[in-house]
Amino acid sequence: MSELALTFQPLIPEIVLVVGAMALLLLGVARPETEQEAERICWLALAVVGVALWRLLAQLPGTQLVFDGGFVVDDFSRFMKILTLVGSAGALFLSFDYMRETRSLTFEYPVLVLLASAGMMMMISANDLIALYLGLELQSLALYVVAAIRRDDVRSSEAGLKYFVLGALSSGMLLYGASLIYGFTGSTSFAAIAQASKAAGAAQNIGLVIGLVFLLVGIAFKISAVPFHMWTPDVYEGAPTPVTNFLASAPKVAAVALFMRVSLSAFGGVAPQWQQVMSALAIASMGLGAFAAIGQRNIKRLLAYSAIGNVGYMLIGLAAASPEGARGMIIYLVVYVAMTLGAFACVLSMRRTDGMVEDIDELSGLAQSNLAMATVLGLLMFSLAGVPPLAGFFAKFYVFVAAVKEGLWPLAIFGVLASVVGSYYYLRIVKIMFFDAPKERFLAVPAKAGLVMAVAGLFVLLYVVWPAPLVSSADAAAKSLF
Amino acid sequence: MNATGFNILSLITFFPLAGALLIATQNSVAKGNARWIALYTTLITLGASLYLWANFDYANPGFQFVEEMEWLGASIRYKMGVDGISLLFIVLTAFLMPLCILASWEAIEDRVKEYMIAFLLLETLMLGVFCALDLILFYLFFEGGLIPMFLIIGVWGGKRRVYASFKFFLYTLLGSLLMLLAMMAMYWHAGTSDIAILLTHKFPREMQTWLWLAFFASFAVKLPMWPVHTWLPDAHVEAPTAGSVILAGILLKMGGYGFLRFSLPMFPLASQDFAPLVFALSVVAIIYTSLVALAQEDVKKLIAYSSVAHMGFVTMGVFSFTVQGVDGAIFQMLSHGLVSAALFLCVGVVYDRMHTREIDAYGGLVNRMPIYAFVFMVFTLANVGLPGTSGFIGEFLTLVGAFKANTWVAFLATTGVILSAAYALYLYRRMMFGPLEKRNLRAIMDMNTREIVVFAPLVLLVVLFGFYPAPLLDVTAVSVKKLVSNYEASLKAQQADNGR
Repeated sequence: MSELALTFQPLIPEIVLVVGAMALLLLGVARPETEQEAERICWLALAVVGVALWRLLAQLPGTQLVFDGGFVVDDFSRFMKILTLVGSAGALFLSFDYMRETRSLTFEYPVLVLLASAGMMMMISANDLIALYLGLELQSLALYVVAAIRRDDVRSSEAGLKYFVLGALSSGMLLYGASLIYGFTGSTSFAAIAQASKAAGAAQNIGLVIGLVFLLVGIAFKISAVPFHMWTPDVYEGAPTPVTNFLASAPKVAAVALFMRVSLSAFGGVAPQWQQVMSALAIASMGLGAFAAIGQRNIKRLLAYSAIGNVGYMLIGLAAASPEGARGMIIYLVVYVAMTLGAFACVLSMRRTDGMVEDIDELSGLAQSNLAMATVLGLLMFSLAGVPPLAGFFAKFYVFVAAVKEGLWPLAIFGVLASVVGSYYYLRIVKIMFFDAPKERFLAVPAKAGLVMAVAGLFVLLYVVWPAPLVSSADAAAKSLF
Repeated sequence: MNATGFNILSLITFFPLAGALLIATQNSVAKGNARWIALYTTLITLGASLYLWANFDYANPGFQFVEEMEWLGASIRYKMGVDGISLLFIVLTAFLMPLCILASWEAIEDRVKEYMIAFLLLETLMLGVFCALDLILFYLFFEGGLIPMFLIIGVWGGKRRVYASFKFFLYTLLGSLLMLLAMMAMYWHAGTSDIAILLTHKFPREMQTWLWLAFFASFAVKLPMWPVHTWLPDAHVEAPTAGSVILAGILLKMGGYGFLRFSLPMFPLASQDFAPLVFALSVVAIIYTSLVALAQEDVKKLIAYSSVAHMGFVTMGVFSFTVQGVDGAIFQMLSHGLVSAALFLCVGVVYDRMHTREIDAYGGLVNRMPIYAFVFMVFTLANVGLPGTSGFIGEFLTLVGAFKANTWVAFLATTGVILSAAYALYLYRRMMFGPLEKRNLRAIMDMNTREIVVFAPLVLLVVLFGFYPAPLLDVTAVSVKKLVSNYEASLKAQQADNGR
């Protein structure tokens, strides 16, 4: 094989996505602008994601560096990319029925999702500040547009604009941090930064530490950790539901993965400096996620706060700064993606003849009108609350176990208290569905949403039976960060 | 491998789950199917648990019928096993379940299929608690039971069911999560979550204190002990009859079982340190909640408070650290499992007919319902602890144990026995005796065959164990002896350390 081919081999999944996106874009422009065409392009986009996934799974284990060390392919990046692509594919799969019904299905949508996914994969593999920024921006720009995809809808446009303005602010901070780090270490490469951070007296290197904090703040925006979460509820509520679903799943995975690589690999040497930041972010996110969700009436807003809370729990794993913590975060992300896709499949099925509803009270008595959907949503809620034997319990279990090992007792105890408060609002949904009197029925669950619901429900329910494979592959992925 | 030659514990534990799955496939219009499948499932489980008992080796103080399998990895394994302490709770659970199904036969008309599924699910989780020999597995079952119970109270409960179900869930969750953190700390310290190994692991004294407190938070809520008992009256009152039976009969016992399985043997030094606290809380529970019971207007609430008082005897017995006290505590739990379950079933009988739990709404029932009055009498006396009923043996043994440990505690607790006689007999007089004045009571019917079938085994067992407690005490004897001697040995070792 030629040298060029060898260089690009680890990049094949990304290349597939980008080339696929371009091809679909050309196809979309060339074909007439009808919904049938747009739907065909959606299916083709799913096929592209499928091919990328296949190439990803075919990659050999082990670490490979490309582009002079700026791009790394290792067990961790492979695991996270697979999860991201599954999240993207799931979100795309759930989208087009809804978009067709609301007459907002255009061929740009799947293309943008593909481009965003390519950006996310870039983020996950970034091993250099410049690669990091490129990936992040590719992802973000695509997402800003996707959030505002319903141009004629005020809420959607508002969501897109808000997301853009705050996102731009966070990108600015991130860039500022990156420039400080470059200035004080003399390199943009993570390997060089890692060396500088391991050097004696790195913790006293104020420029490095301040740069690090700015960088972390920039990423904290993307994962919506408190106090950088303000955009989340509004964007979640305003964006079209399938887009919200997409925003809540795959980009979270990519941003958390990036967070992990930056802190654990590049800045592993100054862990005590950022561990406090992570603890603070975790405590604030868990607390706000738990309390602010109680008063919500809109299910999408509620899920936004739930996402904030979940990010808080994930950050416990990062605060532990250990392989166990990283493993806990990886498992948490897997479970989180499954629960999010399942929950949004349910939200997308809240349809009446006069359109979609988003009010939580509309779920009233669902157990009597549609027991299957109520059961799945109930399982997901119990799982989000972290009640065993459901998958959500194991997600929390692994991050808490890591925190306990490192002796982070205040964090662990606060997390436990927050999860009791949080379980209240999850239970409230169960109460509305199972205890209250039934309301008018929803329309029949669409086949695609039903499929996703079934898969998510079974995953959450049956995870307990055979947890070992996920744990061991998460273990391997986590180890490659250290 | 074990005496039975197959994985009997997993079979017993997961058989109800299989029944639940079978019910799930049934048409929800055919209510009868769900009921019969549930009844057969629970009866077969009962049979299997009796078979387990028959094959149990009384002379072996260790864990029997042990099964092990890979599960979470990293030395967290799927491990099941029973010893003399847990065996009888398994049998008790399996015994009460068919009665619950029968008691719900006509009382539950709404969403029968889901109701039966929830109950069978609950049975699996409860049995799992008593079989589990791994911390994480134990926690899974212990906490998982919240889901079906939350739904049972919330869907089929009374007027304030939503409040009661939330209170029950959140209270228990908070306590258990602290326990979960403690379990993680134990896991990292000992390198395993295997209960059998942890029983021999020595935790440092400082650590024991914190671990003990975390476990106490969970078990004290579950048991419940004063002052964290307030979820219980609400949950009992609002739950459907069978839900109250399971709450009082089994769920409360998990707390006591937890003390015996974890707190006492794993943290002996901390247990000794905290024994005065437990004694104080027990005595308050016995006297205070008995007084509170005296003032209740609602039958179920009265029995709920009496449950708290009876659980006070259990904690007192456990923390007396004597063979008699611990034996008595286990016996008291089993006896209370029968008696309080029976009392809630008794309330269910009149509630199904009159749809009120107000004591004042009744009176003079003995005129129309002689069989019912007799059955209620038996259980009232057993609740009081009259010699000749199972209630007496438990209270007596725990008091003997407590007397050895602390005379004052025993003295104060004994006054609780008198108070329990007061509230129980007062309740009986108000409901049963006197003229039948209420107009709507005049047509009330006595117990039907189904109800007699439910009560007959309970009456029989309560009286039988009252006169002849040996079958139960023989099972527990060796394991309890080992528990107490291990406890004393570790205290001695500590003293020797201090002396050096």
